[in-house]
Amino acid sequence: MAWETVIGLEIHVQLATKSKLFSGSSITFGAEPNTQANIFDLALPGTLPVLNGEALRMAVKFGLAIGAQIGRKSVFDRKNYFYPDLPKGFQTSQLDFPIVGKGSLTFTLEDGTSHTIGVTRAHLEEDAGKSLHELFPHDTGIDLNRAGTPLLEIVSEPELRSAKEAVAYLKKMHSLILYLGISDGDMSQGSMRCDANVSVRQKGDTKFGTRTEIKNINSFRFVEKAILIEAQRQIDIIEDGGRIIQETRLYDPDKNETRSMRSKEVANDYRYFPEPDLLPVVIDEAFIAAVKATLPELPDIKSKRFQSQYGLSEYDADVVSADRVTADFFEVVVKDCGDAKLSANWVMGDLQSVLNKAELTIAQSPVSASALAGLISRIKDNTISSKIAKTVFEAMVNGEGSADAIIDSKGLKQVTDSGAIEQLIDTIIAANPKQLEQYRSGQEKVFTFFVGQVMKESKGKANPSQVNDILLNKLKK
Amino acid sequence: MTNQTMKEALKQGVAELARSLARKDFSSVELTQAYLDRIGQHNTELNAYVTVTNEQALAQAAAADKARTAGTAATYAGIPFAHKDIFCTTGVRTACGSRMLDNFISPYNATVVEKMSNAGMVMLGKTNMDEFAMGSSNETSWYGPVRNPWNRTLVPGGSSGGSAAAVAAHLCPAATATDTGGSIRQPASFCGLTGIKPTYGRVSRWGMIAFASSLDQAGVLTRSAEDAAILMQMMSGFDPKDSTSVDLPVPDYLATLDQPLKGLRIGLPKQHFAAGLNPEVEKQIRAALSEFEKQGAILKEVSLDNSHLSVSAYYVIAPAEASANLSRYDGVRFGYRCDKPVDLEDLYKRSRAEGFGAEVKRRIMVGTYALSAGYYDAYYIKAQKVRRLIKDDFERAFKEVDVIMGPTSPHTAFPLGSKTKDPVTMYLEDIYTIAVNLAGLPGLSVPAGLINGLPIGLQIVGRDFSEAQLLNLAHRFQQATDWHTRTPGVDGSN
Repeated sequence: MAWETVIGLEIHVQLATKSKLFSGSSITFGAEPNTQANIFDLALPGTLPVLNGEALRMAVKFGLAIGAQIGRKSVFDRKNYFYPDLPKGFQTSQLDFPIVGKGSLTFTLEDGTSHTIGVTRAHLEEDAGKSLHELFPHDTGIDLNRAGTPLLEIVSEPELRSAKEAVAYLKKMHSLILYLGISDGDMSQGSMRCDANVSVRQKGDTKFGTRTEIKNINSFRFVEKAILIEAQRQIDIIEDGGRIIQETRLYDPDKNETRSMRSKEVANDYRYFPEPDLLPVVIDEAFIAAVKATLPELPDIKSKRFQSQYGLSEYDADVVSADRVTADFFEVVVKDCGDAKLSANWVMGDLQSVLNKAELTIAQSPVSASALAGLISRIKDNTISSKIAKTVFEAMVNGEGSADAIIDSKGLKQVTDSGAIEQLIDTIIAANPKQLEQYRSGQEKVFTFFVGQVMKESKGKANPSQVNDILLNKLKK
Repeated sequence: MTNQTMKEALKQGVAELARSLARKDFSSVELTQAYLDRIGQHNTELNAYVTVTNEQALAQAAAADKARTAGTAATYAGIPFAHKDIFCTTGVRTACGSRMLDNFISPYNATVVEKMSNAGMVMLGKTNMDEFAMGSSNETSWYGPVRNPWNRTLVPGGSSGGSAAAVAAHLCPAATATDTGGSIRQPASFCGLTGIKPTYGRVSRWGMIAFASSLDQAGVLTRSAEDAAILMQMMSGFDPKDSTSVDLPVPDYLATLDQPLKGLRIGLPKQHFAAGLNPEVEKQIRAALSEFEKQGAILKEVSLDNSHLSVSAYYVIAPAEASANLSRYDGVRFGYRCDKPVDLEDLYKRSRAEGFGAEVKRRIMVGTYALSAGYYDAYYIKAQKVRRLIKDDFERAFKEVDVIMGPTSPHTAFPLGSKTKDPVTMYLEDIYTIAVNLAGLPGLSVPAGLINGLPIGLQIVGRDFSEAQLLNLAHRFQQATDWHTRTPGVDGSN
């Protein structure tokens, strides 16, 4: 049987405002418990909410970036439930009239396929505080620092069809949010959290299967693993003749399994109703225009420009433009060396792996954009081969100087003198009569043996394309 | 200060006291002490105050006297008054009539408290009220019922019964109050006072403990329209801390108090002069209306077609909002916490079961029910639609008339305990006042007669932000009549 996974994501993004969604308390991660909670955050009697204008602007900015309808009259609602870290006994959220309406997000997978996923809506809501169960032997501690922190909840349509697509969507969303500067997007600190709604069905079915919701997944890797394991769990149950229960589940990365949290069949009745302490938020054209004017060049537009201006493939352009700083770095490299394809390869390949290993961001790169351009220029003018370039790059990373200086001091300049290369090839052919015999009897694979020998003898400095040409001629004689 | 001066001083209202203090007939400390003494003598029987802030009051009075000597005193500095115990006051218990908040000392001031304090007013204490302002007789208070100074076997009205009794019994010259469905106007009617509930959004709700957020509004109880104008001037205005407060300038209420009434069109809702209205009350109200006619006003019948739905709609919307507003009282951070909770659920259940009184619990349950899945459309949404219709009724009427008048309450004050058994009878107390809150309009009750020695009130309802006009009408009426000067008396006799 062929199964298909159906996924919808709810992403909670903590907005990078200075203060909370409805109070003036500041938001800094890691402050002493309850030092960032004022009388409103504690829900003292008589206190009232005042909407943070910056959070509103950020939400609208996001909406414009995904081409969504902006709610002209947006309403906050009370979502009622009792929990000790929810001081008011209700969470102020948005139900029927969210600030951001229908939009979409497009991403490209590694295989070059492009996917556009519908974003159902995005709304503003306040975060809850934290219950601390470990600190006290018999009691639960409450830390309200996080209570009231502004969140943007972004809900996708159930249009994702694999864990890979879900991760690609999430990464694209992450990139967009960083571009917009509306969140630090730090998943390890909970600035971006993800709930995945997962169901499975037979390929070709038009009806959705019963879904489960996996709560609070906090890394890209876990999103992929959680969806894979949950889809498999559901398939196993159905294939064994069982039935999926609609419920909330938790992903345990240590055991790589999902566990039931609570069943929706005995779900809370949240008794939503419009928040009477806040008037509906009316957004006019002028406000939208003002926010629009602050939008940076967005990843999709940048990617298209990279494709047309630099001739990059869609996938390469997407990867290079995924992060704003990387994209800027890339453009400096191209400008200085004039070769976009090589620039993209180096920025995404060797440079990225060095950065990953050292856990550095591109802003902290040990090799500057213009220094990298200097190296690429030497490849382009045949001073060094791509292979030698890797050696030079390694030296550059170690701080041994510019590409030119390293090539000079280590004598890595490529041999392009065809006479010298010919001589070397003649010697090697003469020294390996058995291999020559094999080649001439039709075993053309032996060709690579000769190339290897030449490169070895030249210590890699012989120009590879010259070596190919001359060797081919000599062997065929 | 001689006994005679003191007796005279205690009869004076806010406007007159300002003049006396300016003339230095007596000092604010003397005046304040006189009030504190009087509270000491009479509060036990009336139960109007739940907290008396002797030391703080005398300190504020001394500061006012000092400022007056230095010539820097504000006009109303040094005048005593009382706050309904629904307004948060720094360092002073703010219990809201509830065991739940019996131990709650507010760390901050309500905006109204801040404004009165900045004007130099001297807070004598906090007045009793129905628990969380839920009640029409002041019998739901954790601190026991308030007695009507006109007759101690009767209720003073509610929920601002403590404020009303205190002003009527001269335990203060004026008091703040709040009105969600009639809680200023009905006690004003029962105690023979001027009580104004301004337009929704006119006065900041910051620091005013919420009952039903979309209906609650702060106002005052005084012994004259002029005093009400003075205090409304102090309290009103936009507050960035309250998103529902309205950013409109506050007119000079005193400046227009004397404006002539000629040509004023007064609408009389036929539904407010129908069955259920005590005939004696109707007679007196019609007599009061003729006073306005004498001054050149024109009376005209109007219809508020949906007024029969107002109590029902109110008792869905107000409890719905209250059910959420009161969720914060969970025993976790402040307020009442049950003894030795065994787990979280026990903490919630017992703290709320023991901390809230019966009426509050009833409304939380009604509101929770009205918002529940499957009932929300039938109750909450429907009530909101009715609310719109009621607002439309008023808008239609205000195309034909300038103000609407009628009885504030269908009868005079009723005996303590006579309606506590039947909540619906109690809810019907606010039959003429509740629609005004649903429509967000300003409403005022002015003393308009006595029946068997008990006061009744005339309700005046105006367009949005027409407080100046309401005060003007009440003042003109008080210039022509003396009902507002009738009080149970400084000695406790009429």
